[in-house]
Amino acid sequence: MPSFHGGRGINRVLAGVERQRALEDARSLPAIEIDRDMVMDVESIAFGIFSPLTGFLGKDDLQSVVEHGRLANDVPWTIPIVLDLDADQIDRIKGKERAALVYQGAPVAILDIEDVYSFDKDEAAVNVYGTDDIKHPGVAKTIAMNGTLVSGPISLLAEMETPFKRYALKPIETRVLFKEKGWRTVVAFQTRNVPHIGHEYLQKTALTFADGLFINPLIGKKKPGDFLDEVIVRSYEALIENYYLKAKAVMAVLQTEMRYAGPREAIHHAIMRKNFGCTHFIVGRDHAGVGSYYDPFAAQKIFDDYPDIGIVPVFFNSFFYCTKCGSVSNEKTCPHDDSYRIGFSGTKIRQILADGGEPPAEVMRPEVTRALLEEEELFVEGHG
Amino acid sequence: MNTTSEENKFTSVSIPAPLFNKIKDRIAGTGFTSVSSYVAYILREVLAETPETGTEPFDKEDEERVKDRLRSLGYLD
Repeated sequence: MPSFHGGRGINRVLAGVERQRALEDARSLPAIEIDRDMVMDVESIAFGIFSPLTGFLGKDDLQSVVEHGRLANDVPWTIPIVLDLDADQIDRIKGKERAALVYQGAPVAILDIEDVYSFDKDEAAVNVYGTDDIKHPGVAKTIAMNGTLVSGPISLLAEMETPFKRYALKPIETRVLFKEKGWRTVVAFQTRNVPHIGHEYLQKTALTFADGLFINPLIGKKKPGDFLDEVIVRSYEALIENYYLKAKAVMAVLQTEMRYAGPREAIHHAIMRKNFGCTHFIVGRDHAGVGSYYDPFAAQKIFDDYPDIGIVPVFFNSFFYCTKCGSVSNEKTCPHDDSYRIGFSGTKIRQILADGGEPPAEVMRPEVTRALLEEEELFVEGHG
Repeated sequence: MNTTSEENKFTSVSIPAPLFNKIKDRIAGTGFTSVSSYVAYILREVLAETPETGTEPFDKEDEERVKDRLRSLGYLD
């Protein structure tokens, strides 16, 4: 099993007397209200999903991440994990050493303030997202920031309520789980979609060389038109129940925001799975992409720059169903032309489902389709 | 004299000139734009082969507690 990223497993969850004392302290500390996405980042730090980070990035680390895709100590890290402050919040914490991070009126964490600094939003947006197009959701979010950041380690006081508690495993739990299952090699599959036959084929192909499969849907804010979190979970439950060996595949959710940073986010996704204890990470076509901002294989090529990432990327091209072969195939295995091929287009599948239809059995397992059709809403913000 | 932040991010390492030239020839036509970037890549690769050392942030007691939770969630029998 790989060590935690950067050789340092982080646990910033307070418990017992220490937590009680910190909760009392929090009442007298200046409060910084944070949103749900930020709570997820705080939890990811505290649980060790973002190891080796202990808190929000300081100026040197951020600059290094933006410029080089590495922390200041050269450890691979591609996504800025930062806390942006507005003018009121800056005033409130001026001269203070600690602050309480608050969500919906309740303290979530204590922040030990190390620095308050400004950063170049334009440079960060272009380097992280590879574009300055304001229509890109990540660029838009970066440009909309106030531009003053606070850095320092956090200590978690309370975990956010989640409807996915049963699947919300922490790295300490997945590491024990893999060990107990006797899995020496574990391949992680990141997803933000409901599974079609192509996904299943890809996962099972990876399982032929790994001891176990870790299906890890991303739960958190997504863009309109994406599948709702509960829909993704239900559909995978149906797939695993009917088509996977319990001894070989497990699902747990990853509660974090989708950033649509394409290649850089692929590295980030791989690092998080390394921290969960996975040895391999599947990178498909246009991983973490949005629109046509990234070359479909940029998320695979970027791994060339990270020989020291400590998790093995597994690259797959697109699959399709070939009616002549009678099986799932790809360009490397199928000699037949397009007239025999049925693609696994996410857009088409979404359209069929939105119209109340059922994707063909060559594209989606009937049990998965049934699970989807039982849901009242399928898509974020009612799109589709 | 003031040093720029860029100067602080890189430092020099001496290698024999013939080796430098050999690397220069080797990287021609590859994705590497300089001998420095090639050497940095190789060094990172070599360092990564030595397993990162570090302690797990949990002990035996935590592990038993985790196993109980995994059993209650149905992950372990």
